[in-house]
Amino acid sequence: MTVDTVGRFERALEGLDVGLERVPAAEATDRIETIVQEPAVGAPLPFEGVALPGSVTTAPTNRELEAAETGVTPVGFAIAEYGTVAVESTADGAEPISLYPERHVAVVAESDVVPDISAGFDRLADGFADGRDSVVFATGRSATADMGDLVHGVHGPGDVHVIVLEDR
Amino acid sequence: MAQRTRSQQADRIRNLLETEGEAIHSHASASNARRYETYGATDDLEALRTDARSIKEDAIGRLPDLIDTVREAVEANGGTVYVADDAADANAYVSEVVRTGTEENGIAGDGETPSVVKSKSMTTEEIDLNDALETEGIDVTETDLGEWVLQVADDTPSHIVGPAMHISRPEIAELFNERFEPDEPFETAEELTRFARDHLGEHIREADVGITGANFVVADSGTITLITNEGNARKCAVTPDTHVAIAGVEKLIPTLSDLEPFVDIIAKSATGQPISQYVTMLSPPTDSPTLDFDRPDDPITGDGDGAADVPSGADGTGDPDRDFHLVLLDNGRMDMREDDQLRETLYCIRCGACSNSCANFQSVGGHGFGGETYSGGIATGWEAGVHGQESAAEFNDLCTGCSRCVDACPVKIDIPWINTVVRDRVNRSGESESYDFLVDGLTPDLEEGGLDPGKRFFGNIGTVAKVASATAPVSNWLADAGPVRAALEHTLGIDRRRDLPSFQRESLVDWFEGRGGEATSKKRAAEPRAQRGGVEASSKRVERAGSRADADGDGAALDREIVLYPDVYTNYVDVDRGKAAVRTLEALGVPVRVPDLPESGRAALSQGMIATADRQASELYAALAEDLDAGRDVVVIEPSDLAAVHREYERLLPEGSVERLRANSYEICEYVYGLLENGADPETLSTGDGAEPVAYHSHCQQRTLDLEAPTVAVLERCGYAPETSSAECCGMAGSFGYKREYYELSMDVGERLASEVEGAETVVASGTSCGDQLETLLEREVPHPIELLAPGGYRA
Ligand code: SF4
Repeated sequence: MTVDTVGRFERALEGLDVGLERVPAAEATDRIETIVQEPAVGAPLPFEGVALPGSVTTAPTNRELEAAETGVTPVGFAIAEYGTVAVESTADGAEPISLYPERHVAVVAESDVVPDISAGFDRLADGFADGRDSVVFATGRSATADMGDLVHGVHGPGDVHVIVLEDR
Repeated sequence: MAQRTRSQQADRIRNLLETEGEAIHSHASASNARRYETYGATDDLEALRTDARSIKEDAIGRLPDLIDTVREAVEANGGTVYVADDAADANAYVSEVVRTGTEENGIAGDGETPSVVKSKSMTTEEIDLNDALETEGIDVTETDLGEWVLQVADDTPSHIVGPAMHISRPEIAELFNERFEPDEPFETAEELTRFARDHLGEHIREADVGITGANFVVADSGTITLITNEGNARKCAVTPDTHVAIAGVEKLIPTLSDLEPFVDIIAKSATGQPISQYVTMLSPPTDSPTLDFDRPDDPITGDGDGAADVPSGADGTGDPDRDFHLVLLDNGRMDMREDDQLRETLYCIRCGACSNSCANFQSVGGHGFGGETYSGGIATGWEAGVHGQESAAEFNDLCTGCSRCVDACPVKIDIPWINTVVRDRVNRSGESESYDFLVDGLTPDLEEGGLDPGKRFFGNIGTVAKVASATAPVSNWLADAGPVRAALEHTLGIDRRRDLPSFQRESLVDWFEGRGGEATSKKRAAEPRAQRGGVEASSKRVERAGSRADADGDGAALDREIVLYPDVYTNYVDVDRGKAAVRTLEALGVPVRVPDLPESGRAALSQGMIATADRQASELYAALAEDLDAGRDVVVIEPSDLAAVHREYERLLPEGSVERLRANSYEICEYVYGLLENGADPETLSTGDGAEPVAYHSHCQQRTLDLEAPTVAVLERCGYAPETSSAECCGMAGSFGYKREYYELSMDVGERLASEVEGAETVVASGTSCGDQLETLLEREVPHPIELLAPGGYRA
């Protein structure tokens, strides 16, 4: 995708108080390492040459999921217009890992950042056709105003970071 | 349900204003303001709304097919679909699912009773699911923070989207401190939220069954869409191994691509966010592993050897431990689908924008609107459909028909019309009242049944005004007399604190005839005037006015002929604004006629007297047909009458007639704007010095018709610097403000407007009601903009 699209994504995320970092795949593991707060759990990253840092537990137990401060997951694609990441319901637990811990680190390939919601729905349709038919569009941090003022991090993460893999 | 008496209603509203008004107002008006902002920043908003509406029209049209489709899709995924006829049916099914689930799998948490966690769902409120489950010995915990607050407080939702909007933070803190007795009392929203997160998190982890609603259900893939900001719906749906989604049948849409406009627009209309935090699209049972926190050392992926070797992406069957049930609720909806007037209600996506944009809702909140479950303007349709007419009847009157919600609604539902229809049906089902004789003679034959005398009075205001004018000033003097006010209050419900309109002895029509009628107007329109820029310029203009319009528009409007519509108020009460309109048009070179014309039907519609309105519409059309044939323009001063013609007549007249009337009728300032654009000279009017400040309150229907802008433009071209008001409504709409039970509410709404404009030296308003309300509150004159602009000026 064009640099512009990622720029737009970055600006949208800024408005949501979500940090975005653009890194080459070779540096991704190190970058993730500095962002995660331990204990951390994760779903395996399906990008060539990118591994989760050793401190991140994959295939966590229920106890580990409950105790985790950070969850690292890949996301299928991202929508620049709204700063949305599309988390898929996979058997390796990407969905609960992105949802339970206070901090979510989402990893996306630059080529998977699409400009707007309509392009996002095209991607969604492709996924549905391939059987990936449970997806969450997550935009920013969990929030509520039900207790009188706006508070972040209710049932979902209160802190979100996005890593864009420049060369993927 | 027994109807409350007027004074009981007045008490109830006063109480709501005091207890819930402040919290509601701050939340609803903030969401409303954000909606304006987000709508304004969305380029393709109109296309989105049109799209969303047509998808709904189509989906409701073929609902039975979609039910078959979704059943196939969900079953192919490994889930179950159950169509429940009514509340009892749905509740019994859900109880059964919970019971068999816990029998088969044992109880997940520490407790001995099966436990259910729920994510906010108005549909389960509609069927009172919580009570039903609790009767069966099942623990239910609401996990949406607002819903949970209500559960703790044993209260009911007051807003479709923000159910606990009416409870303030200090009240929540007090409630929680009392109930949960924390070591350190809760104070901030942050503390309360943290506590709720931990407390509810535990419930979710231990729950046997998760119950959610569904914002949309995609039929051909069996996809449930849950839209939330907190993330609890996701947790409820994917944490326990059994998920039950309960949705009204109307939530079905055909395909995934139909979902797009809704995902794009729902948060914009609900809270003014571009998109909600979580748009969860689940085609359950999903591949996501179930979580069993009772077995802490098991990997979440179920097998001991890690997940790295499990291919990401679906295998099409979902996690084998998962169990999914989709309960589609009918509960009256299939009948609504057959009902030509209520059908539109089924297009509603429950965003709550109509509530936020409603001035009355902003003051008293949803509890004031009555109904058992739903609240706000659209609740009338929902309640009439799912709980029956009586449930909708009680506070249906809180809809004044101002129409501000029509612009807010993402699927363009004509909410005021639904309210009018239900009001009409309620009128017809009532029993005859004893003081019918008072308003006999006002009762048109078409309105049978025991129509409330107040309604009959206001619905026939044209007849009332004619009599009052003929007997003025005696009628005015009489109307102000104590005993008469008491009688008016007792029989018609007119609050005695309210100033009544003062009827003029000489109507606008009589005045116009008296000064020589159309012939004089022609002469005046052609008359050269010194202030128009000298003899030469004037004679040129006269020449132009005499020739047929040339296509490119220069001076084209100047040879028009106008029928000025003498609406009831302009004709009998606010005659001055009628005179100002005549003088202004003549000064701009256009001759005017002011014939005696029938009522528009607007007043009758406000009271739910559709048959009367229907007859009046036909009469008005017949009376104007010749003028329309002759190519004359119809100019209307009172925005609500113009709104009747432009909006409601399509329900009352044949299509061709409506089109002709619509195409040839204009609001007065809109018309003046057209004249100025076509070369008429503003110098003939009373102009300001270029920057003269004016506070302008448009009028609710005027804004819905997009007529605020032309008035602002005219004021600017004439040398004023208008500032427009942002309050949604003056609170007087139609007869509403006169009614005793609504007096305080009307004033509360009015004060918001008054405090916006009170600092301005000159305040103008387009509507009669708005002007009256502002005059009372500001204690000074509030003319129509045309009075400011008319030659000679208002202050002259
Ligand atoms: S009627 Fe329209 S604005 Fe009101 S809740 Fe339904 S969709 Fe939203």
